[in-house]
Amino acid sequence: MDLSQLFSDPVGFVRDLLVQLLASLGLADSAINVILAAIGVVIIASFCLVLPLFLIWFERRVVARMQDRIGPNRVGPQGALQTIADAIKLLIKEDITPIGADKLVYNAAPILSVIAVISMWAVVPFAVNILGTRLNVGALYIISVGSLGTLAIMMGGWSSNNKYALLGAFRTVAQLVSYEAPLLLSLLVPVILARSMDLGTIIEKQEVWFIVAAPVAALIFFATSVAEVGRTPFDLLEAESEIVAGFHIEYTGMKFGMFFVAEFLHAFTVGALTAVLFLGGWRGPGAEAYPLLGVLYFMFKAFAGYFLVILMRAALPRIRIDHMLDLNWKFLVPVSLAAIVLTLLGDKLIQTAGLESEWLRAGLLFLGNLVLVWVVYWFLSASARRMRAEEEGADDHASPGHDDHGASHEAHAVLPGDAGAHAAPAH
Amino acid sequence: MTAAHVIFLVTAVATLGAALYVVTARNLVHAALALIASFFGVAIIFVLLQAGFLAAVQVVLYIGAIAILIIFAIMLTRRVMQDTGPQTNRQWWVAAIMAAVLFVALLVSLGLVPSLQDVTQPVTALPSPDDSLRQLGKSFVDPNQYLLPFELASVLLLVALIGSIVIAADKKQP
Amino acid sequence: MLNEWTFIGLFLLMGAIFPGVPILLNSLILGPKKNNPVKNSPYECGIETVGDTWVQFKVQYYIFALVFVIFDVETIFLFPFAVAFDQVALFMVVEVVIFILILAGGLIYAWRKGALQWV
Repeated sequence: MDLSQLFSDPVGFVRDLLVQLLASLGLADSAINVILAAIGVVIIASFCLVLPLFLIWFERRVVARMQDRIGPNRVGPQGALQTIADAIKLLIKEDITPIGADKLVYNAAPILSVIAVISMWAVVPFAVNILGTRLNVGALYIISVGSLGTLAIMMGGWSSNNKYALLGAFRTVAQLVSYEAPLLLSLLVPVILARSMDLGTIIEKQEVWFIVAAPVAALIFFATSVAEVGRTPFDLLEAESEIVAGFHIEYTGMKFGMFFVAEFLHAFTVGALTAVLFLGGWRGPGAEAYPLLGVLYFMFKAFAGYFLVILMRAALPRIRIDHMLDLNWKFLVPVSLAAIVLTLLGDKLIQTAGLESEWLRAGLLFLGNLVLVWVVYWFLSASARRMRAEEEGADDHASPGHDDHGASHEAHAVLPGDAGAHAAPAH
Repeated sequence: MTAAHVIFLVTAVATLGAALYVVTARNLVHAALALIASFFGVAIIFVLLQAGFLAAVQVVLYIGAIAILIIFAIMLTRRVMQDTGPQTNRQWWVAAIMAAVLFVALLVSLGLVPSLQDVTQPVTALPSPDDSLRQLGKSFVDPNQYLLPFELASVLLLVALIGSIVIAADKKQP
Repeated sequence: MLNEWTFIGLFLLMGAIFPGVPILLNSLILGPKKNNPVKNSPYECGIETVGDTWVQFKVQYYIFALVFVIFDVETIFLFPFAVAFDQVALFMVVEVVIFILILAGGLIYAWRKGALQWV
């Protein structure tokens, strides 16, 4: 055990030190394993709970810049301690439990929400050998703990004994549950490409990043993950003008703080998962030899994803719920099914043809994706053309000579339908 | 008494307790939440049986989809917020005795199976989790194994989808 | 394999304790406790609530959850197949594509019948 191992295998280095220390105290092997696992858990969980302090500050500054203002800059250098000040404020707020609230469920909901998000980090690989654990079903595990978060929101909304919270919880769960379908489907694509559900293996197989071989799946995964978090443009769940903060109306103090932390951590996790599944995770020049470099690459990619999430929040308006559900079931699910079929057939054909080169494989699948995008665009423009023809047919039959002809065109333009996010609104 | 035994006993007792609470709870939503707890207990038992994939599937499907469906179905009724009264009738002790007798009968008949005489060892050597997952995947599409049930499962899902839409959807469409 | 899942189990436990500490800190120690009936009543934009807390639940929510269950089960079937992808032949991939197409047909049926509308 020499110092060069500190660079090539830092976790192993520390682990050997601790094993020696604990063995010298005379503990049994299994107890040592459990203690080491517990230490690993504490480290990762602490990292996950301390990170939102930075994430919230980052988001507030970036959103402020996009809105042509400065953001928090008083508390600490450049406002960096603002989040700590907010956390202290939440800690000393009064904890009000509404009358008639179901105590056990009411208190458990924020905790379950945080558990759901933190547990995702148990399987995310930061580097070649810096990770929580290697589950052979890592990708499915992440979805399963994500669904616990959906449950937490339902519990929170129902137990608050408040009509708005209940209504908000229903709509939230309808959105989250709907968007889990294309999330699972698009998650299947990197699993097919890597032949494994283990996140570490998925990264190892990404000599060519999977975003090249499956851009459609990457976009769908990113978009549906953002919808799962409840971020703009999908943030009906907490639209203040519509539903008065939705399912967390009745939560005050640190319980609200926990929901808040869970949401920001989840937003960052979206960036991290996109980086792992499609952007090659910790891969980069020199990452295998020096795992700390791998951590740097990974965090950089994850922050790029997070920045994109913040950008979407600052730039896009909120989607109406019926548009949102139409977008999901009539666009995202069919397109992701098509992407899966394309990847299955394409990869198997490439494999039977005996093409070994990773770049060739990625390139051919990329071409396949381009064909898919072109087919989807053709479908959308055909249906938009059809819709326009119907409107113009209907307008011709309407009474002639009215000044609001233009206005009625605009009114028709926002009808829900197959026109989802890619609609050609040209008039 | 290894740690696995202790974990199994605690999980089993918790799961059974939650299941009992499901049928005796007065508040429907509490019953649904106890059902979720029992699903989670089953997932832990799957992990103890070295079936990690099935544990993840249990959480994704049962807790993430079916439990939510059940909660939605409960919300469709008016009786969500009401106390629905005691859930047992006066003959509950007869049912309890019969359930206990059935349990003992099952235990005895399982104990008579020769290959289960020694329940502390796995019956056959289990392949590594990766291999077992691959074998599962291959068995779905192998014509000699489970291909027909696999395709029939998709037809079954289709029938379920169509049937539920026919029953539940609004009759506004002409 | 149990070692890996032990880690997950410990993680879930720790995930329950870590947020629990600030919440307890807030509720039991640091937060003031000045209850009064107005503060504790359910919030409805400043108006008194009328009637039970019950909202007419639309059947639409239920249908979306139902369609999701179907697609969830379908996708779960595909995961082990994806892991075994290297060892299956081309015709097996075609079988799986048929599986997906049958369910896509179900989605199209639901679409045409108007079950996917939010009214």
